Amino acid sequence: MARSVNEINSGSTADIAFIILVFFLMVSNMDSVGGLQRLLPPMPDENQKVEQQKVNRRNILVVKINEQDQLYAGGDYIDITMLKDKAKEFLVNPNDNESLPEKENKEIEGFGLYPVSKGVISLQNTRGTSYDTYIKVQNELVKAVNEIRDEFSMEHYGRKYIALDEDRQKIVRQIIPQNISEAEPLDLKAKKR
Amino acid sequence: MQAIGTSSLPDIVFMLLIFFMVTTTIRETNKKVVIKLPEATESAKLERKDLASHIYVGAPIKGEQAKYGTEVRIQLNDSFRSVTDIRDFVAAERENMNEADRPFMTVSIRADINTRMGIITDIKQELRRCSALKIMYAARKPQVIE
Repeated sequence: MARSVNEINSGSTADIAFIILVFFLMVSNMDSVGGLQRLLPPMPDENQKVEQQKVNRRNILVVKINEQDQLYAGGDYIDITMLKDKAKEFLVNPNDNESLPEKENKEIEGFGLYPVSKGVISLQNTRGTSYDTYIKVQNELVKAVNEIRDEFSMEHYGRKYIALDEDRQKIVRQIIPQNISEAEPLDLKAKKR
Repeated sequence: MQAIGTSSLPDIVFMLLIFFMVTTTIRETNKKVVIKLPEATESAKLERKDLASHIYVGAPIKGEQAKYGTEVRIQLNDSFRSVTDIRDFVAAERENMNEADRPFMTVSIRADINTRMGIITDIKQELRRCSALKIMYAARKPQVIE
């Protein structure tokens, strides 16, 4: 049969597609999933006796935030702008100061021996601390670690940490670990649940 | 003057459409709490969005305030829940994941700036109890770079 089939009018395809496009634009969210990643310590076993981990006092930098969002670090109240430098000084310990953390020579795969700092930053807060301040403090501590990593990468690989390939990033991560511990909340322990 | 050919316009638009369909994720939950994320310059992007489960913490939005008040609450999926429900939530989220991906599950805590740490600590303790140890404090990158 030689019947001429009416062609479907395709002039409106563009419009239809536009409508769908607009629909997708509206229902979708582009907001990036980003933030500060942390690893929580595992819950201690109840049957197991809590062993007081013996950590040398010089290896811990205690950072506390109280209800008034005041910051207490390493012995006195300081401003948040000073925290990063304090943490950096603590983690790097360039002059091998007696009161700052000791270092342990570790064999790093693909790099060799390097004196890795044993320093741990212990972050403590109360229930009344505001989340905003808490994140700001966390951010400063992460920034301190990131800057040390960047400095190390620049010195040894001539590039920033973020621009290194994965193997090298791993090496840098081992040499400069992000030892920020979120202390067991003290006020929670008293309250049995 | 010669008119510009528009016959390829639908194709172009379809391309755009496909691009958007691929790159975007459809909003799964209706937010019932007001959340203004804190700012953090060191905020790092999560490499795989599908591994994240979200816990929303904030004051209920206007429409829900009559029912739930103005106190900071926890929202899991589509409803207000208490801290003890986090265990079931984490278990369900784990169940929905590939077996290979389960160890990499990250719980993203999206909390409002004005939250107090008490509720966050409770959540953290509960997450430790159900051994969901990878967490992330959701934060925005500030727009102005020093």
